Amino acid sequence: MRKLLMSAYKEMLLLVRDLGGLAILFVMPLVLIITVTLIQDSSFKIMNNVKIPILFVDNDKGDLSKTIQNNLEESDIFEIITQKDNIDLTEELARTAVLKGKYQLVVIIPKDITIDLQRKVSQNVSKILSELGVEEDTLRNKELISAKEIKLYFDPASQKTFKNAVMNSIDKMIAKIESKSIYSAFQEEFSEDGVENDSSLDEGNFITFKEINPKEGGEDIFPNSTQHNVPAWTLFAIFFIVIPLSINVVKEKSQGTFVRLRTNPVSYATVLGGKIITYLIVCLIQFLLMLAIGVFIFPYLGLATLEVGSNFIVLFLVALFSGLAAIGFGILLGTLAKTYEQAPPFGATAVVILAAIGGVWVPVFMMPQFMQTLSNISPMSWGLNAFYDVFLRHGGIVEVLPEIGLLFLFFIITVAISIFYDKKKRAV
Amino acid sequence: MSSSIIHIQEISKKYKGADEYSIQQLSLSIAEGEIIGLLGPNGAGKTTLISMLCGLLKPTSGSLTINDLSFKQNSKKIKQLIGVVPQEYALYPTLTAYENLMYFGCMYGLFGKQLKQVVSENLERLGLTKFAHKRVDTFSGGMKRRINLIAGILHNPKILFLDEPTVGVDVQSKKVIIDHLKELNNNGTTIVYTSHHLTEAQEFCTRVAILDKGIIISKGTPSSLIESTVDAHNLEDVFISLTGLALRDHA
Repeated sequence: MRKLLMSAYKEMLLLVRDLGGLAILFVMPLVLIITVTLIQDSSFKIMNNVKIPILFVDNDKGDLSKTIQNNLEESDIFEIITQKDNIDLTEELARTAVLKGKYQLVVIIPKDITIDLQRKVSQNVSKILSELGVEEDTLRNKELISAKEIKLYFDPASQKTFKNAVMNSIDKMIAKIESKSIYSAFQEEFSEDGVENDSSLDEGNFITFKEINPKEGGEDIFPNSTQHNVPAWTLFAIFFIVIPLSINVVKEKSQGTFVRLRTNPVSYATVLGGKIITYLIVCLIQFLLMLAIGVFIFPYLGLATLEVGSNFIVLFLVALFSGLAAIGFGILLGTLAKTYEQAPPFGATAVVILAAIGGVWVPVFMMPQFMQTLSNISPMSWGLNAFYDVFLRHGGIVEVLPEIGLLFLFFIITVAISIFYDKKKRAV
Repeated sequence: MSSSIIHIQEISKKYKGADEYSIQQLSLSIAEGEIIGLLGPNGAGKTTLISMLCGLLKPTSGSLTINDLSFKQNSKKIKQLIGVVPQEYALYPTLTAYENLMYFGCMYGLFGKQLKQVVSENLERLGLTKFAHKRVDTFSGGMKRRINLIAGILHNPKILFLDEPTVGVDVQSKKVIIDHLKELNNNGTTIVYTSHHLTEAQEFCTRVAILDKGIIISKGTPSSLIESTVDAHNLEDVFISLTGLALRDHA
C-alpha cells in the first residue's frame, strides 16, 4: 500500500513539474467549454424558440404575401423584418444586407402575385369546367399569365439544412394557398352558375401530424447549450489525459526508469496503480471544475445555469468511470507507442475522433446512420449518454449502470491488453 | 572468498529474429564477496548476461540461481537481494535527487525515518547533500551517475549489478564512485560489473571474465591473466591478445 501511495505521489510530482501538461489538462478544457458554449448557445436557443431575424420584401401587398408573412411569423422560428430605419425594404437593400452576412435570409415577394395567382387559378378552373361542359370556353381561358417567382436570398454561410427547411416551409405555404384559391375559385364558379355555395367547406388539412416531446414533471426534455456542453466537454477534457498519460508511459520506458522498476521488488500493477490514482484524481478535479464553471460562471456570461440538483453522486460516478476508461486508453497507447514522438499525435487524433463519433461536437442523432452505429464504439458516447440520463432524464444509478459498466469494461480490457502486450514484448 | 552466490549453468540467449546467439552455453560461478568484472568488446554479450542475472531477460536455455533461488519461483525474493545500476540514467529528470531516491528507496521496501536516513547518508557519502533538493535535469553527468548509483544501493543489496557505472564521468566522480563501491564490497556486497575501462577493472576487480561472441574466453584474477599472457603488462594487453584488433560494429 505504501508503495502504491508513493507511486501516486511520484506521479503527482511529475505532473506538477510539467506546466505544459497541466495547462493541457486544466486550462484548455476550461477555455474550450466557455468558448464553445457561448458559440453554440445561439443554436440551442433556436431549438428553444428564439427567433431568427429575416428580411421580407413585399412587392405584392396582396392576400398571398400577407398570408406568407403571417405564416412565417406564426412558425415561431423567424422574426420578420419589413422595414429598415422606418423605410420599406427594397430588394437591393435586403440583398446587400444578406450578402454582408447581417441576415441569413431575404424573402422577395414579386409584384401582383396575389392577383396573378387568382387569375391563373380561375383560368384553370374555367378550363376544367368548360371541358366538363358545365361552362362555355371563354376568351379568359386563353389569356397568357406568366409564372411568378418568390426569390430567396440566403447568406452564403447558411447551412444546407437551414436552406432546405426554409424552402420546404415556403413551398408548403404556397401549395396551401394555391389549394385554398382553387377551392375558392370552384365555389365562386358554382355560385355564379346558381349552385348553392357551401360556405362550410373544410379547407384545412385532413391529415395532420402532432409533435409530442416526452416530458418529465411537466418539462420538455431538450438539452440547452449548458446541459450539452458541460458533460460533452468534461468528457473531452477527461479523455485528453490520454495524451500526457501516454507520454508519461513512453517516457518511463525511454528514460530507463521502467527498467529500474522491473528490477525492484515492486509489481507492475503497483506502478500502474500509482498512475491510475493520480490521473483519476486529475479527471475528477477536471469534472468538478467543469461543473463549477456551469454552475457559477455561466450565469455571468448570460448562459443557462447548470442544474445539478440531487444527482451529484451519480454524476460523480459517471465522471469516475469515464476517467477510468480514459486512463485505460492512455496506458494502452503509451504501451503500444515505441517512441516519444508517436504518442502525442496519435493520442490527440484518437481523442478527437472518439469525441467526434461520440457526439461531443455534433449530437449523435444528427449523424448519418452509419456514423450513429459507429458512435456506439466510442466510450465518450457512453459517458455522454450517462450524463444525459442524469441531466435530462433525471436518471439515477440504475439508469446509468449500463453505461458505467461499459466504461469499466473498457478500462479493464485496455489495461489487460497493455499488461499482456508489455509482457509479450519483454519476452525477447 | 566463500561459497558461490551466483551460479550460472550453461545458459544461452538468442533474441527473437536474431540469427546468432548472444550468449552461448555460458557457465560461471560467482563467490560471495567477489568483485567480478565482465569485460568484452561491443556486442560480446555483457549487457545481455547482466540483464539475465537481474531478471530483465529470460535465458533461452540453461539455468541460473541467485543465492540458490531461481527467478522462476522467487523473483520477488531475488529482487529484494539485488541492486541494479543500469548504464543509462534511470532517474526522473524533473524530480529532485532527494525525491528520486525517496521513491526508489520506497520501492525497495524502505519507509519513514529509515528511508530518510539511508537517503541522507548516501547523499552525504557521494558528496551530493547540497544538491539533494535540486532537479536531476540540472545535474552534470558525474552527479547523475552518482545518483544513479545511490538509487540502486539504498536497500544495502547483497549483490550489486553495475552496467558501466563510470562511463562518461570525470576523474573525481569516478574516484568517488569506485571508492564507494569498494566500501560496499568491504561490507559484504558482491559486485558484478561491466566496463570498457580496463585500467579501472584491473584495479577494482578481484576477478574478471572476458567475453567475446557470447562465450567466456578467459577468466581469473587480473594478475593471473596478465601473467599467463605473453608480453602482457596490463589487462588491456590481455584483452587485445584475446579479442584481437578487429572493429566490432553492430547495427
